[in-house]
Parts: sequence; C-alpha cells; structure tokens
Amino acid sequence: MELIQLAVGGVANGCIYGLVALGFVLIYKTSEGVNFAQGDLMMLGAFVALGLGNSAQMGLSFWLAVPLAVCIMFCVGWGVERVVVRRIFGQPQFALVILTIALGFVFRFVAGSIWGYSPLVLETPFNGVNLRFGELVISMADLLTIVITLALTFGLWTFFAHTRIGLAAQAASQNQMAAYIVGIPVMKVNSLIWGLSGAVATVAGVLYATRGAIDPNIGLLGIKAFAAAVIGGLGSLPGALLGGMLIGVVEPIAGRYAPGGIAIMSPYIIMLAVLVTRPGGLFAQIHMKKV
Amino acid sequence: MTVLSVRNLETFYGAIMALRGVSIDVKQGEIVTILGANGAGKTTLMKTIAGLMEPEKGSIEFNGNSISGHEPDRVVAEGVVLVPEGREVFPYLTIEENLRLGAHTRRDNYAEDLELVYSYFPILKERRKQSAGYLSGGQQQMLAIGRGLMARPALMMLDEPSLGLSPLLTQEIFDIISRLNAEQQVTMLLVEQNAHIALATAHTGYVLEMGRIVMGGSTEKLRASDDIQEFYLGRSEETERGQKRWKRRKTWR
Repeated sequence: MELIQLAVGGVANGCIYGLVALGFVLIYKTSEGVNFAQGDLMMLGAFVALGLGNSAQMGLSFWLAVPLAVCIMFCVGWGVERVVVRRIFGQPQFALVILTIALGFVFRFVAGSIWGYSPLVLETPFNGVNLRFGELVISMADLLTIVITLALTFGLWTFFAHTRIGLAAQAASQNQMAAYIVGIPVMKVNSLIWGLSGAVATVAGVLYATRGAIDPNIGLLGIKAFAAAVIGGLGSLPGALLGGMLIGVVEPIAGRYAPGGIAIMSPYIIMLAVLVTRPGGLFAQIHMKKV
Repeated sequence: MTVLSVRNLETFYGAIMALRGVSIDVKQGEIVTILGANGAGKTTLMKTIAGLMEPEKGSIEFNGNSISGHEPDRVVAEGVVLVPEGREVFPYLTIEENLRLGAHTRRDNYAEDLELVYSYFPILKERRKQSAGYLSGGQQQMLAIGRGLMARPALMMLDEPSLGLSPLLTQEIFDIISRLNAEQQVTMLLVEQNAHIALATAHTGYVLEMGRIVMGGSTEKLRASDDIQEFYLGRSEETERGQKRWKRRKTWR
C-alpha cells in the first residue's frame, strides 16, 4: 500500500518533470538546441499566476488568473525568440546553451525582485482537498496534475500530427532548407513554438505550485526535467512525458527504500543507464537517420 | 510572353561574388536550361530567385512584379517553386505529408493535384504511408518534384534532378519533366550537369561561367556551337596531324 501511495505521488511529480521536459523537446525540435531556461520559464509562469491570482496581489479568480498567466507566458516565450534567440540564428548550438543559461539568471532575478526570495504559496480552490480510495489518499492537486498533463500531451501530439501548422512545424525541424522552399515561414513557426513552450512551462509551474510553496529557485528543477527529456530521447513528446514519469516514480521510492543520497542522484543514474544502453534515448528517432 | 526576367543580378557569399551580373529570360511554356561547371553559380542563381539568398544588385521580375529580395514563402505564393539539389525531403514524415506540405501556401483544395502527382509517379501512391527517409534516391527525387507540383507552380526551378541517379533513372526523370512541360504547361528553369540530356530536353539554354552568362540561345543553336561541343558535350576534335588538341581558347575568353 505504501508503495502504491508513493508511486501515485511520484507519477504526479513525474508529470511536472514531464511537462518541463516537453518544453525542452519543443525547443530542441525547432531550434536544434537545448533551452536551459525552460525550468526558469516554469518558475516565472508560476509566479505570474500567483501574482494575478493571490488575494494579497491582484486577487483575480484562480480560473481567470491561470489562463491569463498562460497567455502572458506565451507572449514571453514568443518574445524571447523574436528579440534574442533569432539574433544568434546560424551560430553554433553552444551559443543557444549559453544564451538560455543567462536568460535563466535573468528570469530568476526578475521574479526575485518582484516577488521576493521567500517561499510563497499559490492560493487555489483545492488547497488541502484530498480524495480517499480505501486506504489510498490522493490529493486533488495530484489528480489534477496527472489529468491535465495527459490532456496537454495529447493536445500537443494532436497539434503536431494533425494540424496544418503542426505539420509545418515538424517539417521545419526536420529539414529547415526544404521548409523554406515549400514556403513555410520558418521564423514565424519558431516564434510560435517558443511561445508554446512558454505556455506549457506555465501549466507545469502552476501545477507545481498547487503542490507546495514556490520561490525563484524552483527553476533548477529544470535540470531533472532535462534528464527526463534525454531519457525519452530529445525529440519525442511522449518520450519526454515517460522519462519524466520514470524519474518521478523512482525518486520517492529510492528515497524511502534506498540509502540516503541515492534519491537525489537517481534521475542522473537513470539517465546514464539509458545513455549507455540506448544512446538515442528510449524513443529515439535517430536510428532512422542512417537511411 | 516572358514570365521570368532576371536583370544584372549580383549575389555574394560573404566577400565572394558568386553572380556577376546575370540576366536571363524565361518564356511561358518553355524549358530553359542553364549549363555550367561546378561553382559557376547555377545553384546560387536559383536560390536567389527562390528568395533563399538576398541579391546585392539587379532585379528579378515574375509576371511583371518584382520578387527580388522577397521571403521564400512569398515567392512560392507567387508561383515560383524550387526543387532543390540533393532532393531535400522531410525524412520522418510520410510521403503524403511531404506532398501536402508542398501545398502549404495554398488555401484552396488540392486533392486533385495530389491525384495528378500520383498519376505521374505511381510508386509514390503505392508507398504514400511510408516515411520519405526510406525511399530510394530516385524516388526521393520524384517526391521532390511531386512536392513542387503541389504548389501548382507557374514556374518550376529544378536544380540538378539527375544528381546521384543512374543513367536509366535520369532518363526516366527527364521523360517525366518533358511530359509535365507538354501536358501540364509547367514552365521550367532547369540546371543540369548532364549537358546532353539537358540540351535534348530544353528549348532554350544559357551557359553560366564564373558567375556570368557567356552564351545563350535556342538549344539547337547551342548544340551546334563548337565551344558547347567541346567543353560541355565532350566531343574531341583531332587536328590534321592526328593529335588531340589539348588546349583551345573559348570564344568568350
């Protein structure tokens, strides 16, 4: 029973890693680089929602504050591409890595100077609501996290597989030159994807905030999410989610049953094991590239 | 009627001048070929027309409207489509998705064009649910041409369609190019290393050397020229003494 209880909490945690990892995958697919500010986008999204929704701040209703925060962060992601990332177009991949690490610092500083560095709690209508299934206790926040994550992943998958713009975005990531040739406005598609990853990060941030206090340093969770994205094989949306869940489930179980310290290392141990056995990640597209 | 008219086009790769004032005309319904050695600037010319490269000077007019310096998506929407060198398909998308992307700039219904492409390339219909990365080189070339057709182009620019293909497959591709021109009235600008087949397929030709047009005219006229004979068709002439002439001045040098 204890194991199941741990696993449920772990899945919910893993969903958040998975959502941040989705952001990594989105950017990796379009800009061919890793956005190390993804965790900080999540943090900023959570704070924007908190700033809009908490009664001590703007005091909007939770159900209004969250969509508004998602929209604002979509614009932030879009703007980051428009104003900064576009300028390093054509530079080596490493430029994007350095750039996004720096952006992460900027976001942390911005959030810190607006909302301070002490932990804050997002007020939600379901704070402390728990559901009981026999001996199993599931908090409303955990349940919502799981449901929303699954829905969002499915939504993103549908967007990429079945819409005209989604198809264009896939095309732009697979062969940029050919995408230009068939008349896809590649730059606009890239901006859109950055916006989308900002929006996804905000959803992750809000879900994270429903489960505990937030401070400007929660963005460092992005490193674990990066491990999740690598485990799934950077470039696969379902892979990212699964990688996140794997880490999320193993972490609390290792914390309970394994010697101290293992739990913190577990995401990276899994990442190493995956990289050694399946270098492309669990859901790699790479093996097809040899054709 | 002239559809495409390029005047004094100059394009640079950094400090290197790749096009040194190129002027060409493409008439409605024609196949126009551009001959030239490696590095003559053929691909650069096509990329500049397609909007992938910015021209430094000169003008590109398509149906009387200037398209020079436009973004590639606007050039495609105007009806100028490039079938790039080296095929460049979307490897992880299915063949049908690749073709649908060819019609990306179009808002109208393109189901008919899809059938048209399949009628010219039946193999693509057979394999339409497979990833394009699994196609052979010749089939990828067919897919690239089919993808170009999906935009219902007024002018199709083909960059080295024979690259890396066997002679038999090259012949097949060029037969289809001729048929598309005759049956669908697609005007074409064709860059090709294989001068024999290019001169046999096209109506008009230009010779591009070191970024300049050095010769132009109907393909009959070009084929009759000594320079073309020697430098592009590889016919070797023997002198009275029975020796091969190993050094000869080109008329334009």
